[in-house]
Formats: sequence, C-alpha cells, structure tokens
Amino acid sequence: MTVPATPGGNAVVIGIGNEFRRDDGAGPAVLARLHGRVPGGVELLVTDGEPAGLIEAWTGAPLAVIVDAVRAEPSVPGRLHRLVLHEAGAAEVRPVSSHGLGLDSAIGLARALDRMPGTLIVHAVEAADLGQGPGLTPAVAAAIDPLASAVLRDLTSGEIC
Amino acid sequence: MTHQRDRTLATKALARVEGEGAMHVRVRGSQVDEVRLDIYEPPRFFEAFLRGRSYTEPPDITARVCGICPVAYQTSACQAIEDACGARVDGQIAGLRRLLYCGEWISSHALHIYMLHAPDFLGYPGAVEMAADHRDVVERGLALRGAGTAIMELLGGRSIHPVNVRVGGFYRAPSAAELAPLARRLRDALPLALDTAAWVAGFGFPDFTCPHELLALTEPGRYPIERGTVVTSGGLAFSAAEFEQHIIEEQVPHSTALHARLAGSGQADHDRYLTGPLARYSLNSGSLPPQAARAAAEAGLGSECRNPFRSIIVRAVEVVCAIEEALRLIGEYEPPAAPSVAVTPREGAGYGVSEAPRGVLYHRYELDGDGIIRSARIVPPTSQNQRAIEDDLRRFVQARLDFDEARLTSECEQAIRNYDPCISCSTHFLDLRIDRR
Repeated sequence: MTVPATPGGNAVVIGIGNEFRRDDGAGPAVLARLHGRVPGGVELLVTDGEPAGLIEAWTGAPLAVIVDAVRAEPSVPGRLHRLVLHEAGAAEVRPVSSHGLGLDSAIGLARALDRMPGTLIVHAVEAADLGQGPGLTPAVAAAIDPLASAVLRDLTSGEIC
Repeated sequence: MTHQRDRTLATKALARVEGEGAMHVRVRGSQVDEVRLDIYEPPRFFEAFLRGRSYTEPPDITARVCGICPVAYQTSACQAIEDACGARVDGQIAGLRRLLYCGEWISSHALHIYMLHAPDFLGYPGAVEMAADHRDVVERGLALRGAGTAIMELLGGRSIHPVNVRVGGFYRAPSAAELAPLARRLRDALPLALDTAAWVAGFGFPDFTCPHELLALTEPGRYPIERGTVVTSGGLAFSAAEFEQHIIEEQVPHSTALHARLAGSGQADHDRYLTGPLARYSLNSGSLPPQAARAAAEAGLGSECRNPFRSIIVRAVEVVCAIEEALRLIGEYEPPAAPSVAVTPREGAGYGVSEAPRGVLYHRYELDGDGIIRSARIVPPTSQNQRAIEDDLRRFVQARLDFDEARLTSECEQAIRNYDPCISCSTHFLDLRIDRR
C-alpha cells in the first residue's frame, strides 16, 4: 500500500519505554537517534505507553510509527519485528509490548473510538533484561541503529507493506 | 501433590493496575490466614542511584520513577532540596507549581476513573470493551485527561517526565497570554468533570469500611495538593521533617517494598494507615472549593468517606477541585520576575511532602557542602498503603469465601484497584494467587 508522502504531513514516531528499566529504554534510544534526521513535519514523541496518551499522539496522523521493546518466549535478544496495521484492517493483531497496559489496549481502544492513524507500524525489539537500572544490554544496544534506519525507511519510502 | 481440598488460582489478567506485583491469598479451612501483596518497587533503586549526584538532579531523575505521577516526584524532591538549602519558593512560582500539580491530578485521576476503575462497576473486562458500548463516556474521559496533560505540557515542557521543573522553580515561566488557551480548555473541561462525578455516583458500591488510621496533608483554607502539614485521623500533626519519627518503614520477606506503619501505637493492629484520596478527602472535605464541594454533596459523600469502592467518587470530586484550582491560579497569574529562586547548596538535610494522586509522597535528601547528595529517602504512597490494603483484602475475602474462584478473583482484583496502586510505575503484570486448603 502507498501512503501519502510524509514530508509536510503529520506522521508521528512514538518511542515507548523507560530508560531506567534496561532494555525497556530501546524505544527512547531509537528516538534519540532520530532527532534531526526525520523529514519535516514528522513529530517525535517518547511516552510510557499509556493508552490514552498513545491515542492522543496518533489521532489524525496518516502514519504512526511505534518503537517498543517486547518480551518474547523463547527470546532472541535484539531480534527485530515489524508489524503494519491499516486503519480499515480488522485483523485481530494484538502486539504485546513490555508494558502491562499499553499498545494492545491502545489499539483496541482507538479502534472502538475510530481514532486509529491511517497506518500504524510497530517496530519491536526483543528484550533481554527489563530490570531496574539504566543502560541497554549489548544485543539490544546493537539493534538501535538498524531500528532507527528501519523507521527512517518507513518515513521516507512512501511504500508501506 | 495437590491435596483434594487444595485450590489454587492464578491469573495474569490483572492489567488495570499500574506496575508489577503479585497478590497471594491463603485460605485455611474457613479462615483467611494470610494475604500478601508482593511488590517490586523502584524507589529503592532510585535512592541508591541518587547518591553522589548533584542537588540539582533529583527533579529530573525521580520523575522517571513514575510515568503517571512524575510531577509528584519532582515536587517532593524540589521541596526537600530547597528545605536543605534554606530556599523558600512562594508567590507566583509556588502558584505555577500547584497549577502543574493540578494537571497531574486531572490526568491521573481521569485515567484511573475511566480506563482502570469504571469498567469494574459497569461489568466490562476493560476500557476497550466499555468503549464499544459507551463511546461518548470514554471520549469524555479522554477529553478530561487531555485537559490535565495540556497543563503538564505547557508548564512542564511535556506531559511524560516534564523537563521544565528545576530546584527553585522552573526553567521558564509562561506568559499570561500562553495560559489563556489553557483556561478555555479547563472551562470546557469543568462540566465534563461535574458530569463525571454525577456518573460515578450512580454506580453500585458494596458495603465495605476501611477502619484504618487515615493520613494526609492539610493546609489552612485550601485543599492540600503540592504541600502541607501531615495529619492523621487519630489527631497527629507533624511536619515533613518529622515524618520519619512518626512513620516507620520495615523490610518484609515477601516484598522489595518496605512496609510503613505509624510509630508509637503500641498495638500491631492499630499501626496500619491509609493515604490517598479517601484519607485526603476525609481529612480535608471542608476545604474543597465551591463546585467540588457541591459535587461531593450531590454525589452523596458525607464529610468522610471510608468505603474504598467509593474512592472513584472522591477522585471525580478531586478532578473538579483541581480544575477549579487551576482556573483560579490562572486567573490570578502574573509572570514572576524570574522563573526560579536561587538555591545555593549547603551541608544539611531537607524534607519534602506532597499529595501525589495516590497519596502522600515523602522525600528526604542529605547534601554535603558542595551540593552532592549523600543519601536519599523516598517513601511513596503505595508502600505506605500496603499493610492497609492487605488487611482490607483479608476481611474482604473472609466475607466472600463461598464465592467461586472466578468471582472471588474478579472481586479481589476490583478491590485492589480501589486503591489505584502504583506498584512499580513501569512494566509487567500483577499476578493473583488464591491458595485454599
């Protein structure tokens, strides 16, 4: 699917996470990499993943790109996932982020309220450690640049599939 | 091996609680003999992390303890450090601090009322399912929450972990013109808040009474938010500097959170206490501003409320209060000559308390002569409430032992949510385990 060109539009990139919970800081780390590198009109936000805040952030946006850490079982720390949800799509896809009440609730709520963005892309990186403390584990730290590049491709290619 | 009469129930579905933790209920015969709220609590980590840092850093660092109530952490931290340094913040800077805090109350309470708590009373598993049938209601909740976050974004620089707060005040103070759109938004939000209070007052509430001591801040002539004197329903009154003389924290085996108790009661069953909306309201209902007081009366709240299930009404009344207060502060606002007062470090200790949405939040810092933090102490509301929550759960389950596991689990989860526990403010789920033998 082709989405409207993002320059001048209202695409939003949302990094979910807490940099004091080890790999949960992956989303904010990617957003820090993106500062100054995204096309004009693209908004960068860091949030804790609280659903109402996510819905407010992406309401009306033609494209929203989420970056989050995920818990997986079995886990391959640093492994990347990319998921695309279209507004009209009815697929029961429920991304499970590292946040207890987070992205899946936000998507469900936004669908019920007709407040999904035109296209929602979720970039996720599998976490190794969600304990207390700053700093990413090596595998997740190594994934930050590739993740930032993947987000930039989504923002500039115009081809979302 | 499982005994024939053993029944164990575990669920990971209790997601409408902020943070992580577990609840364990053990039933022996016809008696609930143990209830444990297991909490993995981040302030302990932050206390260690703050040692060796500059006196200017706690507002930014401790804001990361909680995504829902960062302003509470910033405010208690600022006040404690200002106290240590002998600095006084008053006038319009103090007004801006209260205004920012009003934003957090509106946002946090609206989130809890609409997204976490109301589904329990209306029979929905969560806000998503509730939104399908009550779209207008959920939109009202989002609009209310948005009015609160608008304050936090303007004064704090952003709503999550605000960046404009500093020891001594703010990095930048807004102009009166910048606050005008905020006032319009708050005026629009006020009827939504009044409708919310009327709406939740119509819910059905189980009969349940919390018998514990109540602890809150109080301030002459106004509802306590960002500062005050600590008082209890038993008649104690003490300053932030005296907090650790009256509140004893103890390690318990099942939790990384310290359990708090009132010192000097002399009786194990009389040292539990509750802080948060019920305590705040019960000790300060006479100080509510006019529309909030009227909303409380129309919602059927007396001068005191000790039913944790009715805490949703108190939160709704406090949203009205916060909007009224925010409008008053904006109406009286004149930009201060400087956005902050000078705070010069000196050796010593300082103490700060404020009313986080979930209750009294205490900070203490010890500084050396260069302003380096030698020790830090943070006592968040949820750890203070743990013993009271456990005791309430014990009595709650005892009266419902004939319920099947699914119903008992569901009602325990709802009972826990009454207290809006901010268990770790970050990730993961609360597991509930009921063990019957």
